[in-house]
Formats: sequence, C-alpha cells, structure tokens
Amino acid sequence: MKDFIIPDDRDMGTPAREGAPVTLTIDGFDVTVPEGTSVMRAAAEAGISVPKLCATDSVEAFGSCRLCVVEIEGRRGTPSSCTTPVAPGMVVHTGSSKVRKIRRGVMELYISDHPLDCLTCSANGDCELQDMAGAVGLRDVRYTAPEGAPLDNHFEARDTSGENHRYLPKDDSNPYFTYDPSKCIVCSRCVRACEEVQGTFALTIEGRGFDSRVSAGNIFDDFLSSDCVSCGACVQACPTATLQEKSVIELGTPERSVVTTCAYCGVGCSFKAEMQGDTLVRMVPWKQGKANRGHSCVKGRFAYGYAHHQDRILNPMIRDRITDPWREVSWDEALSFAATRLRALQEKHGQKSIGVITSSRCTNEETYLVQKLTRAVFMNNNTDTCARVCHSPTGYGLGQTFGTSAGTQDFDSVEKTDVVIVIGANPTDGHPVFASRLKKRLRAGAKLIVIDPRRIDLVKSAHVEAAHHLPLRPGTNVAVVTALAHVIVTEKLYDEEFIRTRCDWDEFQAYAEFVADPRHSPEATEELTRVPAADLREAARLFATGGNGAIYYGLGVTEHSQGSTTVMGIANLAMLTGNIGRPGVGVNPLRGQNNVQGSCDMGSFPHELPGYRHVKLPEVRKIFEDAWGVTIDPEPGLRIPNMLDAAVDGTFKGLYCQGEDILQSDPDTKHVAAGLAAMECVIVHDLFLNETANYAHVFLPGSTFLEKDGTFTNAERRINRVRKVMAPLNGYADWEITQMLANAMLKESGGANWTYTHPSQIMDEIAATTPSFAGVTYGMLDEKGSVQWPCNEDHPDGTPLMHVDEFMRGKGRFIVTEYVATDEKTGPRFPLLLTTGRVLSQYNVGAQTRRTANSVWHGEDVLEIHPHDAENRGLNEGDWVKLASRSGETALRAHVTERVAPGVVYTTFHHPDTQANVVTTDFSDWATNCPEYKVTAVQVSASNGPSEWQEDYAAQAEMARRILPAAE
Amino acid sequence: MSPEKMVHMANQIATFFKSQPGEDQAERVAGHLRDFWEPRMRDQLKAHVAAGGDGLDDLVIKAAQQV
Repeated sequence: MKDFIIPDDRDMGTPAREGAPVTLTIDGFDVTVPEGTSVMRAAAEAGISVPKLCATDSVEAFGSCRLCVVEIEGRRGTPSSCTTPVAPGMVVHTGSSKVRKIRRGVMELYISDHPLDCLTCSANGDCELQDMAGAVGLRDVRYTAPEGAPLDNHFEARDTSGENHRYLPKDDSNPYFTYDPSKCIVCSRCVRACEEVQGTFALTIEGRGFDSRVSAGNIFDDFLSSDCVSCGACVQACPTATLQEKSVIELGTPERSVVTTCAYCGVGCSFKAEMQGDTLVRMVPWKQGKANRGHSCVKGRFAYGYAHHQDRILNPMIRDRITDPWREVSWDEALSFAATRLRALQEKHGQKSIGVITSSRCTNEETYLVQKLTRAVFMNNNTDTCARVCHSPTGYGLGQTFGTSAGTQDFDSVEKTDVVIVIGANPTDGHPVFASRLKKRLRAGAKLIVIDPRRIDLVKSAHVEAAHHLPLRPGTNVAVVTALAHVIVTEKLYDEEFIRTRCDWDEFQAYAEFVADPRHSPEATEELTRVPAADLREAARLFATGGNGAIYYGLGVTEHSQGSTTVMGIANLAMLTGNIGRPGVGVNPLRGQNNVQGSCDMGSFPHELPGYRHVKLPEVRKIFEDAWGVTIDPEPGLRIPNMLDAAVDGTFKGLYCQGEDILQSDPDTKHVAAGLAAMECVIVHDLFLNETANYAHVFLPGSTFLEKDGTFTNAERRINRVRKVMAPLNGYADWEITQMLANAMLKESGGANWTYTHPSQIMDEIAATTPSFAGVTYGMLDEKGSVQWPCNEDHPDGTPLMHVDEFMRGKGRFIVTEYVATDEKTGPRFPLLLTTGRVLSQYNVGAQTRRTANSVWHGEDVLEIHPHDAENRGLNEGDWVKLASRSGETALRAHVTERVAPGVVYTTFHHPDTQANVVTTDFSDWATNCPEYKVTAVQVSASNGPSEWQEDYAAQAEMARRILPAAE
Repeated sequence: MSPEKMVHMANQIATFFKSQPGEDQAERVAGHLRDFWEPRMRDQLKAHVAAGGDGLDDLVIKAAQQV
C-alpha cells in the first residue's frame, strides 16, 4: 500500500482535447498542447495554476466566475482563460498587476456573500473558495451594510427585520450528502456535472442575477424527491461546502488516500478510498481510473457502510444439524470440523461427492485458490461460480465464434461509436457509469437501438432518445437477432471485404443462405416477436450503414433457453457488418458482478482450467500438475444446477460456497433448498448470514474489499488492483481462509501445506500457468495502474482491443442460429410472462446494499404490470398481489406502469422476503445450463399479503439464524 | 436429476446441433456432452438410453453411443 504513489491528480481546469499540436508562450514559457485546449489547461500543463472557481476539468468551461482572467498580447481586454482556446504563437500573461487586481475584486464580491465560518465549516481545508481567497491575496472585504439594514446576503438565517427572505435552510434529504444553499457561490459546476458527466439533468439554476439558486427539479422538490440518482458527481464538482458528503461533515477531512477498485458491478470503477487512520471517510472516483474516468454511481460512491454493519458476522460458527442454533468457535475448531466432515464424506461417498462455488465478488487470487482447492485438494473438478447463472453463455457463444470469452473493447471505445445496439441490458440501472459515458456519446450524436421488452430509461430520458426501440416478447431474442441479420444479408448491407478477409467464407455462405430464408424475415417473425417489421428493418439498416456499430448486451440475452444461441447471433451481426477490431465497434457483454470476468478467467468453471482451457487437454493439465504436484481429473465436474440435482440424488454431499447466496440468487428456490438440505456439510464463507447459510453447517466469516489486497477483472478485461485500507474485522482476508481450509484438509490427508503469504504470490502463480496473464505482476499493475488481458510477451502493455488483425481462433466463425421457442409457455393458467432485472440503488441479492441507506430508494421488490393487465385483474397501484408460476408463488406489491408491455410483468430480486426466484423455473440454456430467469409463465392475482410460503420461509430463516452465546 | 429434466436438457442440445449444417451432428452432440456433462450425468443418460431412451431425440440416442 505504502509503496504505491498516487499519480498527478491536479485539476487541469478544463477537459483534455485531441488535435494538432499548438505552441504558445505563457508567462515566458513555451507550451505545446493539442488544438482546442484552453489557455487555462495549457497553463496547467506548464505547471502554472491560474486561479479559478467555476472551472474544473470534469466539465466544459463556462466562464462565469471571471477569476481566471488573463492578458493576451494583441488582444483587447482580459479574456477568461478557461473559455479561450490556444492559438499558435499566442503570448499569455497570467499574473499581470491588472489581472491580479481584477481577481481580488471578484473574490471580494464572492466573499461579501459568504459566511466567514471557515474554522467550523465542513470543507475547512478542502475548499477551493478558501484556497482562491488565499491565492489572490484577499485581505479585506470593503462592502459594508447601509445603516440600519444588513448587507443583502444568502447566508444569514435572520436579518434585523427578523427574517432573511434569501436564506434557504440546508437540504439533508439525501442520505449521503447535504445541500447547504448558504455556502453556494452559484458557479454552476454541480449543474454541469449532472448534465455532462452523469447525464441526468436533475439540477438547474433557478432565478437570475443575485436571485440565482441551485435547484433540484421543481420548486417543491428536494434532492431526494428530484430526479437525482445520487451519483455524487455534483458533490465531487462542488468547490465549497455547499454539496458535501455527510461522512465528511461527521468525521472531518481525510488525511490519506489509497487507490482501489469498486466491488459492485462489472464496470470496475477506480476509487480513492480517503482515510483517517483506518477509518474510511469517503470513496471518491479516481480521475485516472480507465474504466470510469472519474465518475461513479450511488453504489460505489456511497454504499460501503455494509462493511461495518451490525449484521456482519466476525467469528466462525459451526453446528451439527441445520436445525441447531449456531455455536461460535475458534478458527481452528471450525476449520478442523469442516475438514474432517469433508474428508469423511469423500471417504464414504467418493472423491466427487464434494465441491466448491467460487465467488465473483472476491478477488482473482481468492477465486484461483478456491478452484485450486477443489482440483488439487478435493481432487475433482466440481467448481462453479455465479457466472453460471449470468454470463456462461457469453463464454460458450463468443468462444465458438471468436475464440475467446470476453468483450472485445475497452469502455473508452464508446466515445468513438456511431450506432449502439443495447440488447437485454439496462445500463442506467445495472452499469450506471458506463451508461453515463454512453449517454454522453448519444448526446453528441450517436444513434441508439434498444432491444428490450421493457421501455428502459435509455429509450427516452433527458436529451437521449433511442432511434428505435424494438420491444420484443421475452424469449424471442434469437428470432429478432436473426431477422436483423436477414435484412442485412438480403439487402446486401454486409461488409463483404471484412468477411472475406477475416472470416471463414464457406461458413458465411451457409449462414447467409440460412438467414436469407424468408421465414427469418421481420415480416414472418413479427407475429412471434411482436416487433413491428418496418421498425426492425430500419434498425438493421441503421446498424449496418451508420458508421461504427457497437453492441452492448446483458443478462437479458444470456438468461434464456437459447442464451448461447443469441450470443452467437450477436457475434454474427458484428462480423457481418465488419464491426470488430477497431475503436468504436465490437461485442461488449456487460458483466453483472465486479469480478465475473475474473472468476471465469481463473478457471472457476468445472470444465476448464484457468485461461479457458478444457480439462480434457493433457498438455494443459500437465502445466498445473507440475505446478501443484497432483494429478488432475480429466473429466468435467458438476455445474451449480447439476450439484443441486446430484445432492437431491444423494451423490453430492458437501459444498464450500464462498461469497455467493445461491438460495436467493439461483432459480427455483424450492429446488435449491432441497439440494442444500440434502447435503451433509455446507460451508458458507460470507460477510453475513445469508439465505444459503440457513442450510449451512459451517460459517466462515469473510472480509470486504476494503480489507484485502488483490485484483478484480472488469467487463473490459481490465485487471485492476484492490488495495487493503483497513485490517479485516474478521481477522483474515478471504484468500487466507481458503488456504487455512486447504491446509486443514491436507493435514487430514497428509499433503504439503500451502504457504502463500501475500496475494502477489498467487498472481505470480497465475502468471506462470496462464498465458493470457503471463506478463501480469503487482509491480507492473502499480506502475501502469491497470492492464487489459491478454498481457504477455506479444502484448506487454495489455490489449485494449481484441481481434484487431485476426480472431483469437484465426478466422471468425458464422454459426447458424435457428430460433427455438422455450418450453416455458404461457397458457390459460399462467397467461403472463415474468422477466426480472435490477434497479440502480440495489445490487443483486442486496446483501450489501440492503445494509446501507440505499434502501430509501428501493425498500422492497415491486411487480411492474401494464395498466391493461392490472385492470383486467382489478389491481391498483400499491396493491398486494400474488405472483404464481408452476414452480411456486410469492406475494409483493404492484406498480402499474406502461414501461412493460401488455402480457409482460417485471420484478427485481433484491429482497429475500419477496424471493422472486421461488417463481422462476429450472429451464436453462441448452449449452451451459444458465437458468432461464428472463422468461417465466405466471399468473397475477389480488392478495391480502405475504404468501404462506413466505411466512414459512421467514420462520425457518429466523430459526436457522439463532446463535448461542459464546462459551466462557 | 429427474429423468424428465435430463431428457429435456439432452434434447435441447440435439435441437441446436440439428439446426447446424454438415453431416456430423451426432458426433457434435456427443462432443458437447463429453465436454460439459459430468460423468454421473452421462452415465444416467446412457442408462436411460439402454432402458429404451424414452422421450429422447433420435439424435441423442445416436450420440449416446459415442459418449
């Protein structure tokens, strides 16, 4: 931690530009900057800080504060340096006596309407107004009040008449930051950050002149009721204490910061954890972070309080039966209890009777160790990860077509795109920082095609409108994607040169013949997909001819019976249109969890070793056999759903489950519960007593991302460092716990101990065994900040864009994508289709976000239902409704909305007391067993409250969570 | 796993490979089963085929010989 020096983090005043070099002279120094750069930024490049208030490099210059005025030879007046672009040969003076005098006058005016409470102000020491008053040498404020009346101002709660009509009280409605109008200098940085960086347009300036005030939405709105999404961009931009984190108000300013990586979604934002000792004061998005470029969302920026939540379990616990209460024990006792039970199960039921689930929330190093545990200590391949239930079809589909399982681009690529297809993803909720970057590009003119059964926010929101929204019927992705290809092929809009040089031409011809069949035309499939044929044709033409075309997709693609087929269809579209191998194009899976990419890379799947190499290959097994000194099973192991089936059958008896809550997150809850209940040793390694722990015999307390070193790999294959900022409250980082469990088992069987003392040693082992990671070390990550794999001899700096000259597999492969209807069909009993997703403020099963103030935005799961379907059933907004499928039923409240089409209902799965997954079925993707979460035939009817199942579940959960007091 | 579920999963795989061009569909189904189905699952499938293969697609039955 200490040897990592944070690179230059200065505010350069205005954003960077790209362009031809321009040389000018500033205060006698020659400076060369790209054309279009502001004089202010050019000065900053030369090391000269021009005083400023309304300028900051996250937003475009505005020129309102007049503090940054300079003199330019040959030009009249004193232009503001933030809004003046450089010109060749320009001669600038930033410190003449004339501009000094102007600046002092400007500051004097600002300070005349600002409280002088610096010593007790929450921004004391972190206030640009304070800094600038110092920088311009302000020594006096000469404005005095007329006799008998106060000076007109915004900050005194009362004047001599008893009330100051300009004074507005603090708005502390947002749980994480306050808005104090009395400290506001109306620089408009917050308003511009909300527009330009976040793209929400929640803030505005009301009034004119001295009446100007920052306002969130309408006059009757506060920050919480407004459109504000609490991303923190305004707080970050504010130069004073006007918008301030509540944590800073409470704790004071931080004294050091450590760069680390967010543990929420797959965007993988870089943050500075700002600390006082081992207390986290705030998380601030890091400008140099290449995934987020200084932006954040409400989860990463603010929702870290779960790390210290009272529900967190800090001591290991065991019990003989799941009906017993938990007993707190020492680490030694817990680990030896677990090891003895697991070895006994293997002795009685065979080597393959136990397995692991690796966590896509834990680090690469931790995931690598868990799969090593099963392969080298359990001696089988029973390892799987939550990617099974989200992006396993991406692995299969992109592996088959391109040759590797990963997104083709970096996130910066979106800045060069012209036409974007978003299919089965809801980035403004699921991947908010990427969504902000996408919206910025859309506002600059790129076109958007949304393929989604719901009218997601991107379809139409402030200053963003999709050119086409194709509201398909859930389950018909393949038909829609194939119809798009049909239009492109039959109208000869494909990129023949790309296909001839980069793809297998014979396979293309077979494919072209297949898609050209009239049965794949938009007209023929319209009845099935419900997408108007004319719209689909227009969308296909736009994508094929509109310039750089990029496809972003999420779980709405993968979580279907034909998930893998849709992924292949998407890859076909990209190859057809030549949209692979350069900036602005590509196929981009938006990953759900922070380290889903990494956990797949690290060999979490039961059929492949790290680096996506099948266990059947002897040459691959040999690498690991030599490194680990064991013999590796050449047969694929069980996937999560197979483990549960085998458990019910009685052949799978023990599970080590790290950082995943399969009982809540996996489909068909009753089946998952039956599988877990049939096992004889379930080890849950987690922060909290999650739902799965209700069926566990051993609980090993986990550590948060703040408490350990390691790496996460985000959706763009970027390996980012996670840095320890505080000691683990539970005593150990998760990689240490896995090592202790391995050693406890090795003690039973007499093997050699694992002896890692730092995660960097685990990364060295990964690099030594996995070609795409060959060049990765902690030293190089500290030096470069981050790197995208493959990173090896051929690509020493990593690989921002994949498949540039040729595909990983050589020639790109077109695959025929025949539509097959799911067997999950609507009928008289279950006439509606349920599809599921996420909201912005909550994250997956909610274990983390439910334990933060984020719940003010989403306190319960609700069922979205179209007014037509609601009326047919006599349902009103807010009514309790019963949601039933052939798998089970639950009850939740209805939200009547036209965001969903008639015949479609939608909900989230963030709350265990609603348990949407009791309704979802055990149908799954044909190739990977990824569950079909996105299509369930259901019926909705009026209800009085929670279902019997929910009440039984709650009672069972309460019993299962009892903890005996520790023995003295 | 229940025989119905296993039959459903196996038939799904066969349905995909049937749609693919070429003559080697049975081999490709068998290859997929070998690559992704754990031996217990393959044994269950083979036992089901041996017992008559009730409900299984013909292509699965053909492929099962090569699993």
